Amino acid sequence: MSVVRFWRNQVNRYNLEGTHCNSCDEYFYPPRSMCPTCRREGELESHRFEGKGEIVTYTIIHSAAEGFENQSPYPLAIVKLDEGASLTSPIVADPEEMYIGMRVKPVFRKLGESGDKGMIYYGTKFAPDKND
Amino acid sequence: MSVGIVSYGSYIPRYRIKVEDIARVWGEDAETLKAGLMVSEKSVPDLDEDAATIAVESARAAIENGNIDPVRIGAVYTGSESHPYAVKPTSTIVAEAISATPVMTAADFEFACKAGSATVQSCMGLTSSGMIDLGMGIGADVSQGAPGDALEYTAASGGVAFIMGDNESEPIALIEDTYSFTTDTPDFWRREGSEFPQHGGRFTGEPGYFKHVIGASKGLMEKMGTGPEDYDYAVFHQPNGKFPTRVSKELGFSRDKIEPGMVITKLGNIYSGSCMMGIAATLDQAKPGDRIFATAFGSGAGADAFSIKVTDKMEQFQKYSPKVWDQLKDPVYVDYAKYAKHKGKLKRS
Ligand SMILES: [Zn+2]
Repeated sequence: MSVVRFWRNQVNRYNLEGTHCNSCDEYFYPPRSMCPTCRREGELESHRFEGKGEIVTYTIIHSAAEGFENQSPYPLAIVKLDEGASLTSPIVADPEEMYIGMRVKPVFRKLGESGDKGMIYYGTKFAPDKND
Repeated sequence: MSVGIVSYGSYIPRYRIKVEDIARVWGEDAETLKAGLMVSEKSVPDLDEDAATIAVESARAAIENGNIDPVRIGAVYTGSESHPYAVKPTSTIVAEAISATPVMTAADFEFACKAGSATVQSCMGLTSSGMIDLGMGIGADVSQGAPGDALEYTAASGGVAFIMGDNESEPIALIEDTYSFTTDTPDFWRREGSEFPQHGGRFTGEPGYFKHVIGASKGLMEKMGTGPEDYDYAVFHQPNGKFPTRVSKELGFSRDKIEPGMVITKLGNIYSGSCMMGIAATLDQAKPGDRIFATAFGSGAGADAFSIKVTDKMEQFQKYSPKVWDQLKDPVYVDYAKYAKHKGKLKRS
């Protein structure tokens, strides 16, 4: 990923900034510029997600992509946020801890880096929410 | 002075390694080490954690604990000896992640283990002069000890953020006064580009830690006309458990006064945040009116002493904020192999 492309969406990744359609009351993450249901009648506003949600389904990644080798095995899950939007995210948990329906909260982590000399990419992952 | 701590938050990674597991690898006697260092285990960062992610987590905890509007924060300063970039500030990452940007200032601090307390002093100056409304000072590190080096038993990870302000009704604890003692002393260093620090061995104790901690502590008490009997608690930088125990005795503070802040035994030395974490753990249990004496030390070398007085705002704050000692409970233990992988000492070819 290019530095510019990452940086443009940085605020979304850091703080789960998405969008909400006022016409049909649906939430989107990542943010959309048009509501797929209401199209032109849609009334989009930016929305910061609370970040709490639950695991809809997950898989364990054993052979990770370049730059993530040291992190495998790690769980990758579809997280449904409490407001409604779903997203795919690595989960900061041991594979044995994982189960469908587990409550999660957002955590700030390194998402990857471009080698030893390149940029470090930071953003949101999810972790088990033991107080929920 | 009405300047003080308006909120604070801390973050400790959930992994720990026991002294036994490190000692086994190097064929050393764990019981002797544990008794000598007064440390039984230390925190280990996750594979995707560094000083910036730890700084962000502690900053977010401080915002949440005190229910602070981040827009009010006019400065974010992060003290660390493990900033992830050689050039590019950690503090801008933190500021963006807490939504304090863009009308604010930010910079990174470095002064071995006292970089965190230096940020707190800077925020005191900026807020009490009226330049900014609130200031955030952070100490965060993922510190490294070379494999087999004595420092490997204590070099740990964690972060603490203090939000400082000077609006009369706000602080949960006032900083009554501060005093620093600084000289050019080569007791510990790391050159640009080298992975692990070097230290002057036995040299680090007397002319480093003890001279500076005692210099700053005595200096502050003389300046204020106070003595150890005027304080309910005391916190001294914790490179191990022995140094703060000895220095508190020399200064005349009884053992029970330093106990609540002695996080080193279960946490290790988190460097820039070490003294701040001890202060946080002490504030967690302090009552309105209590006074805390605290001195941070950084190799190179210098010490910052603080006289802190808890206000009646503290009771409300304590109801909603997680406690440092609770964060030290229920860790996930890792063995040396996993620890080495986490600390990047073990790499795939
Ligand atoms: Zn719509």
